[in-house]
Amino acid sequence: MQAIEVQQITKSYGDLKALDELTFSVASGELFGLIGPDGAGKTSLLRILATLIVPDKGSARIQQHDVVGDYKYLRNILGYMPGRFSLYQDLSIEENLAFFASVFGTSIADNYHLIQDIYVQLEPFRKRRAGALSGGMKQKLALCCALIHKPEVLLLDEPGTGVDPVSRKEFWDMLKRLKEWGITILVSTPNMDEAELCDRVGLLHKGKLLALDTPANIRNSYDKPLYEVRSQDMYRLIGDLRQMPGAYSCYAFGEYAHLTLLHPIDGAEITILQYLESRQHRDMEVRATRAGVEDCFIASTLDQ
Amino acid sequence: MNRFRAFIIKEFRHILRDPRTLLILFGMPVAQVLLFGFVLTNEIKNAAIAVYDPASDAESIELTQKMASSGYFRIERTLQTVQELEPAFRQGKIKLALVFPPNFGQRLNHEGRTQVQLIGDASDPNTATTLINYASSIVQDFQRKRRGSEASQPYRVDVESRMLYNPEMKAVYAFVPGVMTLILMLISAMMTSITIAKEKEMGTMEVLLVSPLKPIQIILGKTTPYLALSFVNAIIVVLIGVFVFGMPMMGSIGLLALETTLYMFVALSLGILISTRAADQQTALFMSGLGLLMPTMLLSGFIFPRESMPYVLQLVGNIIPATWFNQIIKSIMIKGVGISYLYIQTAVLLGMAVVFLALSMRNFKDRL
Repeated sequence: MQAIEVQQITKSYGDLKALDELTFSVASGELFGLIGPDGAGKTSLLRILATLIVPDKGSARIQQHDVVGDYKYLRNILGYMPGRFSLYQDLSIEENLAFFASVFGTSIADNYHLIQDIYVQLEPFRKRRAGALSGGMKQKLALCCALIHKPEVLLLDEPGTGVDPVSRKEFWDMLKRLKEWGITILVSTPNMDEAELCDRVGLLHKGKLLALDTPANIRNSYDKPLYEVRSQDMYRLIGDLRQMPGAYSCYAFGEYAHLTLLHPIDGAEITILQYLESRQHRDMEVRATRAGVEDCFIASTLDQ
Repeated sequence: MNRFRAFIIKEFRHILRDPRTLLILFGMPVAQVLLFGFVLTNEIKNAAIAVYDPASDAESIELTQKMASSGYFRIERTLQTVQELEPAFRQGKIKLALVFPPNFGQRLNHEGRTQVQLIGDASDPNTATTLINYASSIVQDFQRKRRGSEASQPYRVDVESRMLYNPEMKAVYAFVPGVMTLILMLISAMMTSITIAKEKEMGTMEVLLVSPLKPIQIILGKTTPYLALSFVNAIIVVLIGVFVFGMPMMGSIGLLALETTLYMFVALSLGILISTRAADQQTALFMSGLGLLMPTMLLSGFIFPRESMPYVLQLVGNIIPATWFNQIIKSIMIKGVGISYLYIQTAVLLGMAVVFLALSMRNFKDRL
């Protein structure tokens, strides 16, 4: 069964098309990642699904209920965490949680099992005001507040933003555990490496989906040879590699440059090393590598 | 009901934890009443005046002394020539000048009538008018006493004006109701609009909207605490008025409480209306300050009498709730009238409450 069905959703702000005839669906109980850079349309889509804004065209259904016509019902079964920290800064952890529980007509005790894993970390500070928490703690509290009424569908808008890597990892572990309760989760993120943590992802760019599949399938769809290269002069390296005969694309990727060739070449590493030597590079390193989701994303934007 | 209770508890926590809000809620009303009561009073005591008396006869000296002993005036200068008059005014040394003709007493005794000139400094028209009135009544009193002793002119009709309800023209009778209209507008309208705008600004409104709460529940939850606090403030202002400044309480306290509640509803619905338009606290503050507080202070008849306003401004004043509520408080507290005399004012406020509340409900969006 599909928990979320999006049909040709279009949303424009003036001349800017934030979402362009977007169509996809999320299965019940799935952890779905909506991945794309800033301005791709992630927040617009999440707000439409959260019944906060109305699409210009198209329709969306959550648990068989239309997000425009049936929004009052949906507001009972949705858990929504906006991109910006949106809890009461002057209330304590405990007060925030209790407030949101009673807003949904429930209590902390009723659904404690859902948030237990997360809340045990917050409990020592439960008297502390939300405004005084670290970024990671804020996100955990926000997640607790979005979960306290046992939503059927959870919508998370960039929960990893402003959070340190350790907390971010913990946060994703929690999302994985939530699947045990049968909650469908749609999470948006600009971090391509977080794609690996989802069951399925949609790569969003300028309001359109570039790809929609499992992370593994997306990675495997990369059909060109890829090499990671480094040398002493990284800045010059990228420009040189782009001009190399047979090169398809090259861009910086962490401490390496990722070079994609148009076609497989026998002994490609040697060819690349020789080419770089002829350009006076030193301390070079060339290694064949497997494409990640980010490589696929960049390749798709180049293809367009 | 549980939701509503949780909302109100949350709202009280916001209020109690923000020192600025607390200060506005409880410091401001007390400060304003005391300020208007002690500092910005319109009453005149010991106003400096100048006397030009070329006659210097028994009668002119008697009148001058009568002025000086009234308590309202203090003879600051005795002028030798008329030319000294203008510099004295220009320097701001005197507020009023009393000018006698050269043959004051002579004409009074022989012709039975004479003149005296009162010159006021109308750069401050309110004070000038008050001073001229005080001085005129002293002159009239002087005239009457002389006539009583000589009884030479029968059939002269004296015009005697009397100030009803506020015979001593005490300013407190005007500012206590005025401050009440202002304070209630401030708290009910401004604070409500700011607190709702704050939810939008902080993004918490986004979360509240994606919840089963209905718009009416959000609005009621946000406004009920302020309604209660406004009411407490109204009581404080009335108590200070009555016990510190000796304001009378002639009418029914119950009626005053009911009318006050009605006015608070009008102010509250205005606050909600503003908050449906304002996206952040700054805008809400600006809109309610400029759109509500200024007109309430300037056009409702609190500081400037409505009678002396241009016709257009009087019309504008009619759409300001404070104008009507001002009349209601004064009527109940000072004249002690019942509801039968306040039908029109009450009906106007009721109408405003319905219209503004309907408008703000219509404008409140349950989406972003």
